[in-house]
Amino acid sequence: MHTKTLTELKAGLANGDFSSRELTEHFLARIKQFDGELNSFVTVTEQQALAQADAADQAIAAGQTGLLTGLPIAHKDIFCTEGVRTSCGSKMLDSFIAPYTATVVNKMASEGAVMLGKTNMDEFAMGSSNETSYYGPVKNPWDLERVPGGSSGGAAACLGARLAPAATGTDTGGSIRQPAALNNITGLKPTYGRVSRWGMIAFASSLDQAGPMGQSAEDCALMLQAMAGHDHRDSTSLNQKVDDYLGALKEDISGLTIGIPEEFFPDTLDGAIADNSRAAIRELEKLGAKVVSVSLPSIKLSVPAYYVIAPAEASSNLSRFDGVRFGHRCDDPKDLEDLYKRSRSEGFGDEVKRRILVGTYALSAGYYDAYYRRAQQVRRLIRDDFARAFEKVDVLMGPTAPETAFKLGAKKDDPVSMYMADVFTIGVNLAGLPALSMPTGFINGLPTGTQVIGNYFREGQILNVAHKYQQVTDWHRQLPTFGGEQ
Amino acid sequence: MAIDSKVVAQVAHLARLKVDQADSDALSSRLNDILAMVDQLQQADVADVAPMAHPLDVTQPLRDDEVSEPNIRDKALEIAPAAEDGCFLVPRVIE
Repeated sequence: MHTKTLTELKAGLANGDFSSRELTEHFLARIKQFDGELNSFVTVTEQQALAQADAADQAIAAGQTGLLTGLPIAHKDIFCTEGVRTSCGSKMLDSFIAPYTATVVNKMASEGAVMLGKTNMDEFAMGSSNETSYYGPVKNPWDLERVPGGSSGGAAACLGARLAPAATGTDTGGSIRQPAALNNITGLKPTYGRVSRWGMIAFASSLDQAGPMGQSAEDCALMLQAMAGHDHRDSTSLNQKVDDYLGALKEDISGLTIGIPEEFFPDTLDGAIADNSRAAIRELEKLGAKVVSVSLPSIKLSVPAYYVIAPAEASSNLSRFDGVRFGHRCDDPKDLEDLYKRSRSEGFGDEVKRRILVGTYALSAGYYDAYYRRAQQVRRLIRDDFARAFEKVDVLMGPTAPETAFKLGAKKDDPVSMYMADVFTIGVNLAGLPALSMPTGFINGLPTGTQVIGNYFREGQILNVAHKYQQVTDWHRQLPTFGGEQ
Repeated sequence: MAIDSKVVAQVAHLARLKVDQADSDALSSRLNDILAMVDQLQQADVADVAPMAHPLDVTQPLRDDEVSEPNIRDKALEIAPAAEDGCFLVPRVIE
């Protein structure tokens, strides 16, 4: 059952080929068998999953099904789940049992989804390798000595190894797309505001966005249909009609104009990475798409702008962790300041502390104009570059990540080199655009991905581009040997 | 704008973080690496460019001034590290 896509499993449940309980037990057994090695889950919610599966089987028998009835899904441990630990990959929240459930989780549950558990991640979603997690690194199922990417590394790895048929992720600077590329799965970051952030632990609020991670674009379309929509509890969620994403997959793509930003194929880029993405673009040309060259001159400043804006917002968001109301509290504080300082210093890991310090510095008196204000100005230049490109093209394409999965520990002591893992993904977050990563071949047995970026609210179109590509290629169906495949 | 151990100590205090003296030099050096990368922003010509806070220039909506959320005080206090009589407990602040 685990070699079937979510869409195929949905059909199997509808046909009565298997029950949701059988399906759920199958994935729980795979998690038990393989996750000791992979470390992709922080918490497995077995009892709850089986209860949800039984309820789904009753709903199916009664003919009362939702979009996701009976389908097992793993949630990133950044989404609050009432009664279940929500750690965000941090010692700070190691004992935090959320008192309420995130809108994304609620919406999927109300469509009948079964929650398998909570997936491992970089601490507070700050990282590109899943090595900053308090619960230890996740391994890449394609090579256990390599990282799965991050920050949604647990989600991507469990999905890559088919320990879950689908997963949720969040993407602030590439945290869905980069691990999707490194694990041979499809992952979509929607338009900023398309999916509610309520109950999603905040990292950088003007950039954070939740999205689906699946085995195919079709799976992502199915999940996004359940996830998207306005939420009055998130004032940044946009009150705009949700498109028919599965319906969008039926549209013709002949005449589609693909823009190739020259900045996504710099001279310094690994030739094999460039070749795989160019080959994917050629497949789409065969299907009738036109290709034109475009330029995004300011995108070279996206990583520097991001590393001011994201840490600045993080330093503010993470000030709530003070040892008073919830989360880690130090022993025997001698006064209030000692309580704050020791609780925070014990609860946060090194990368989180670094980003809080950078953000605090950038916002401090005398530096605000040089850093934060300037970064927000550059952010507008980047957005305007994209807007100009979208006057001429329908989608933009290029590699998702500049390299395949790197060795565990390879960049651990070099933050700036780690930050460059997101060089092609960050601009999209700064501009608030939707983008997905799809599998487009291998280099020395390691997966590579290609990014498809769309205009605002054009999730249906980029899912359709990926879907058309996946109908004529089978990269997305390749499985790692880990997990007993092949 | 290089930062040294002294600046690290000041910023750490603002962020209510404790930095051990032993880690301070290594931390300063990492932070300087990050700030050196970030300094590329100084190349940008941003004269007359308005800072952008939201990509779609959306403004925050207003809602009616009515109670919309339930009172979950007891649930919130249950997960507090220390609470008593409906209040969070902190070390004595006022003598």
